Amino acid sequence: LKDGTNWEQNEEIPRLPGETRVTDKEVIYMCPFNGPVKGRVYITNYRLYLRSVENDPVVTLNVPLGVISRVEKMGGASSRGENSYGLDITCKDMRNLRFALKQEGHSRRDIFEVLTKYAFPQSHNLLFFAFVNEEKFSENGWMVYNPMSEYRRQGLPNERWRVTFINEHYGLCDTYPSLLVVPYNATDDDLKKVAAFRSRNRIPVLSWIHPETQAVIMRCSQPLVGMSGKRNKDDERYLDIIREANGQISKLTIYDARPNVNAVANKATGGGYEGEDAYPNAELFFLDIHNIHVMRESLKKLKDIVYPNVEESHWLSSLESTHWLEHIKLVLTGAIQVADKVSSERNSVLVHCSDGWDRTAQLTSLAMLMLDSYYRTIEGFEVLVQKEWISFGHKFASRIGHGDKNHADADRSPIFLQFIDCVWQMSKQFPTAFEFNEQFLITILDHLYSCRFGTFLYNSEFLREKEKVTEKTLSLWSLINSEKSKYTNPFYTKELNRALYPVASMRHLELWVNYYIRWNPRIRQQQPNPVEQRYMELLALRDDYIRRLEELQITNNSKISNSSASSASPSQMMSQVQTHF
Amino acid sequence: EIHIKEPIEKEVNPHLLPGELLLCEASTVYKYIQEDGSNRGTYGKLVCTNFKIAFLDDDSSSDDNEPQFKNKIVGENDITLQCVDQIYGVYDEKKKLLTGQLRKYPEKLIIYCKDLRVFHFCLRYTKEEEVKRIVSGIVHHSQTPKLLKRLFLFSYASAAPNNTDGRNQTVMFDTLEDWRDELERTKGNVKYKAVTTNEGYRVSEKLPLYFVVPICVSEESILKYEGRGIPIWCWSCHNGAALLKMSAFPKEQDDSTSQMQKAFLDGIYKTISKPPYELLKTDDLSSSLPSLQDIQTAYTRFKQLFLIDNSTDFWATDVKWFSLLESTNWLEIIRRVLKKAIEVAECLERQHTNVLLIEESATDLCCVISSLVQVMMDSYSRTKSGFQSLIQKEWVIGGHGFLDRCNHLHKSDKEEAPVFLLLLNCVWQLVQQYPPAFEFTETYLTVLSDSLYVPIFSTFFFNSQHQKDTNMSGESLKTQSGPFRFLTVWDWSVQFDPKAQAFLNNPLYAEKPKPDKSQRKTARFKHQRQFSLPLTQTKPSTKRGFFREETDHLIKNILGKTIGKFINSSDEPPNSFREFYDSWHSKPVDYHGLLLPRIDGPEIKVWAQRYLRWIPEAQLHGGGTIATAAKILDLMEEVQSLQVKMDEEHSQAISRDVHSVPMLRNSARLSSLFPFALLQRQSIKPALPTSTWKDLEDEDDLVKRDDEFVDLSGDMS
Repeated sequence: LKDGTNWEQNEEIPRLPGETRVTDKEVIYMCPFNGPVKGRVYITNYRLYLRSVENDPVVTLNVPLGVISRVEKMGGASSRGENSYGLDITCKDMRNLRFALKQEGHSRRDIFEVLTKYAFPQSHNLLFFAFVNEEKFSENGWMVYNPMSEYRRQGLPNERWRVTFINEHYGLCDTYPSLLVVPYNATDDDLKKVAAFRSRNRIPVLSWIHPETQAVIMRCSQPLVGMSGKRNKDDERYLDIIREANGQISKLTIYDARPNVNAVANKATGGGYEGEDAYPNAELFFLDIHNIHVMRESLKKLKDIVYPNVEESHWLSSLESTHWLEHIKLVLTGAIQVADKVSSERNSVLVHCSDGWDRTAQLTSLAMLMLDSYYRTIEGFEVLVQKEWISFGHKFASRIGHGDKNHADADRSPIFLQFIDCVWQMSKQFPTAFEFNEQFLITILDHLYSCRFGTFLYNSEFLREKEKVTEKTLSLWSLINSEKSKYTNPFYTKELNRALYPVASMRHLELWVNYYIRWNPRIRQQQPNPVEQRYMELLALRDDYIRRLEELQITNNSKISNSSASSASPSQMMSQVQTHF
Repeated sequence: EIHIKEPIEKEVNPHLLPGELLLCEASTVYKYIQEDGSNRGTYGKLVCTNFKIAFLDDDSSSDDNEPQFKNKIVGENDITLQCVDQIYGVYDEKKKLLTGQLRKYPEKLIIYCKDLRVFHFCLRYTKEEEVKRIVSGIVHHSQTPKLLKRLFLFSYASAAPNNTDGRNQTVMFDTLEDWRDELERTKGNVKYKAVTTNEGYRVSEKLPLYFVVPICVSEESILKYEGRGIPIWCWSCHNGAALLKMSAFPKEQDDSTSQMQKAFLDGIYKTISKPPYELLKTDDLSSSLPSLQDIQTAYTRFKQLFLIDNSTDFWATDVKWFSLLESTNWLEIIRRVLKKAIEVAECLERQHTNVLLIEESATDLCCVISSLVQVMMDSYSRTKSGFQSLIQKEWVIGGHGFLDRCNHLHKSDKEEAPVFLLLLNCVWQLVQQYPPAFEFTETYLTVLSDSLYVPIFSTFFFNSQHQKDTNMSGESLKTQSGPFRFLTVWDWSVQFDPKAQAFLNNPLYAEKPKPDKSQRKTARFKHQRQFSLPLTQTKPSTKRGFFREETDHLIKNILGKTIGKFINSSDEPPNSFREFYDSWHSKPVDYHGLLLPRIDGPEIKVWAQRYLRWIPEAQLHGGGTIATAAKILDLMEEVQSLQVKMDEEHSQAISRDVHSVPMLRNSARLSSLFPFALLQRQSIKPALPTSTWKDLEDEDDLVKRDDEFVDLSGDMS
């Protein structure tokens, strides 16, 4: 993991301000690519660091403890084989680390205990490293997202949409942000009634409004229809108000992200979907995106074929059998449908799944990314993540399992990773449309797990406020925005109001090798990218020419003016310079 | 003016090349625009000439936006007769392959092309007589066996004014001098010599007039078995190790004959098992690589995946895309070929060992491997003229049977195999993995592959130099103009104007710093030898006698062709390949040095430009690699104009070697299919999959679960 840490003098390992050393030990790192590496492992309250003692060049490992999902002992006191006694560490970022230890003197027990304690602080009543991190950055990432100014950017509130503070103390819905945008014609009282009919009170609220068509993207959770097919007049009326708010008479389009069968099955537990009878002015489509368990299994299968070795003989069919790209395709297809509905058919859309914090967040944020070029800038993307994911209660803590030892928790699922993968696919298809580069996306994913920043901690705004996250921790955007050039795509071409539709075809979707297979030295991509490098060279060359040309013109002009006093007028010189651009 | 979609009777005449004759035509043919199921299209005339099938749009004259990249010989709606892959007729919604005599005439004609275009013509509004004539005409002229002399090549050559010299920078290898220069360039002349033994094709009609053999090989030996059993030189590595090829003896039943052959080979090896030759490894490609039949089968399946009728087809195959791709085996063949080339490179580069490739005729897989090895090891082969010279040396003069392998004359399907396309596909893998290492672009490779089917160039329309030479003289009853003067494909100005040619030059090419100009002028060669690695001292061989020991093995191999892989066999540590591969990849890439392709599963890709370029669903509006390429071209243009400005300021008239830069206007919104398809869709409607999910049978229990199990019915109370 590359980060901006400083090496302290006379120290073997990098350390962040606030990071303290806990222990170190001689181990053999069982590198799956280069064989056993003798080295010393250092454990701090933030990371595991390994330095080889014999290899040239030196082999190092630098792993934030937050990425650790599971620590297992391998081999027992009676194990015979060489290097068969030690620790096996499963990471959330597609790798496993194995260390062999000496069998004598309980050497393993100590390191196992230290690792478990600091990797899973939540299970040991310890603070996340983010709360002890004393780093300083020139930018304050917590200032990036201000809901009020983001809505203002979208032209809200207006005569049809209002901002409500009904959830100021999270009384209406404890997984929603405090500030919500709802139809002007719906009263706070209406909202309360609607909340009773929506799973976990997650009522339909506005995510994005089209600046021209005034069609909106709304998000919510499933209606509580149940087996008996219950109806709720307030909910029905509320959806009608939403439909009418864009001034069109068209239908309201509801996208239920789930497969049809799952939506039906949800009735058994009190959920369901908007039936035709109750909502005659709405059209409903199922987007067939599978649940968090299917996605988790899919990623597990993907890891099996890329780590430690890339499946050789049947790469393509193996890749297909993981279904990972197929899921990506479905998510993108769903988002394209949402975006297209709003943009070319001018319908307002309502997106939900079961609870409206996983698939719903993927769909709304991706559709927004397709429709609004602001979200394709570095800052815009930060706002998008902050808004659609963090503030609207994507359960980062449960899905990632920050600091939690329960590695088999069924709540864990790579939903956010899947979203970032979709963004990567888009940036790959449109290499000039995004201000950020691949490194930006990888950095976000690395710190999704690292627990160095408060950005992704906890499940909701309500809980983050309770834990005073913005006061006590740093934002990931502080790191990124303080060193923006590192995350900038040189090919970025600003284009306003351009809808960007990726092609959700397997012919164009690819496995994100630079992320999923980045630990394998055989697969590593050329860094830096030669195309990018060439472009940068040309840019430098151009700037150099411009500079030299200006110098030349100045000297030439002075020569001329020396010899014949009145020849080159300033305006002539100006026009010459301008033609170069 | 209101645009009415109705047949307009208007006289449109096909543009005919010299020697091209109109054979039949049909009017009021409706050509569908392959985009959606909307049946949109245009009316026009369908014609068939002795060169091409062409659709002439009734209102083509109104089409004033000239494409930026246009082929001057083969237009957008032209299909050369050799480019036709398959023709289907549609009868009552059913597709039927059309081959020979037809009893019933179809209402719709679908033409699948070898460059992967698909044309749908509706004949419902055409007069019955015309339908009969055009359908049988097209089928007859494009699908039935033909005599060589009936190829358009000959009519064109005798009718066209010959004013191009076409030689440009490419070394043709049809003179002794060319071979001697190549020997000198690669410093192979110490151990190898160019021979004239085959003048008048005394040795063999399959061998070129001139070729190169080890210095010690005598003329008698060459003559003995028509050149079989003689190692023929391809290329020498900077360390002196050479790449050789040899055509094997056919498997002999007769014991005494095989004894004689064995004795002959023994003699050859005795002669050359003395210094200065180093160790020799042999590789029988017919047993270590897929057979031509495998290659043909794989490609036939593979191309089918891209010959798509409509949107429904596209999305239906999308669901199982990866397994479909894999089942064709085409990418796996590419991988195996690349791997073999790396193995050979390892022998030459690291082990300083000569490599002898063996194949029945030494004109198929030998050409693929030897060309690839040279592209990987000799950066001269990565320049445009170097690559073209390489194709001349190994393929055209080397005697690859283009005519049979492409089945241009429809003589025998059994001989057909896309061997040359295989090479281009492999080179493309390298081009996309190392963009700065090549002077040419993938577009160059794509148009080169298209040129296989344009019969105005002789390059790809003969089986051997002998065949070309003997057919050069015009038949007596024809013109008295003397020998035909054929065009070579390397004269790109025949197909493309300078603006379009610029797209063949790679703006990312990291040119090697040129040596001093005055020195270059005195140099005898047309090109500079470029070393692939800093010269390492040839390590003294500890196994001088190895050559002899290998001989028995070798002879068995050649005679019986039963012994499998020699490279990576017992006498070499099995991981030496892996070690070489890994150690090379752990170092930074030198774009002018040795280049090894990455061959792990995810690295072998589909050549999207060639295979997806006509499919509208695959179009990225304003995206794809062209988006970044366009930015680079824009910037280069700016830099160049600044250079000009600088020169003006210096008021010195120094002429610069300015490469022409393609001009791209409105580059931000180019289609990813650029420069090929011109289907810039007007609507920006996204392409949406029509068939998506397949069952996740094996995960049924997970599928049915909800995200988090919470009974919500309680909330309702």
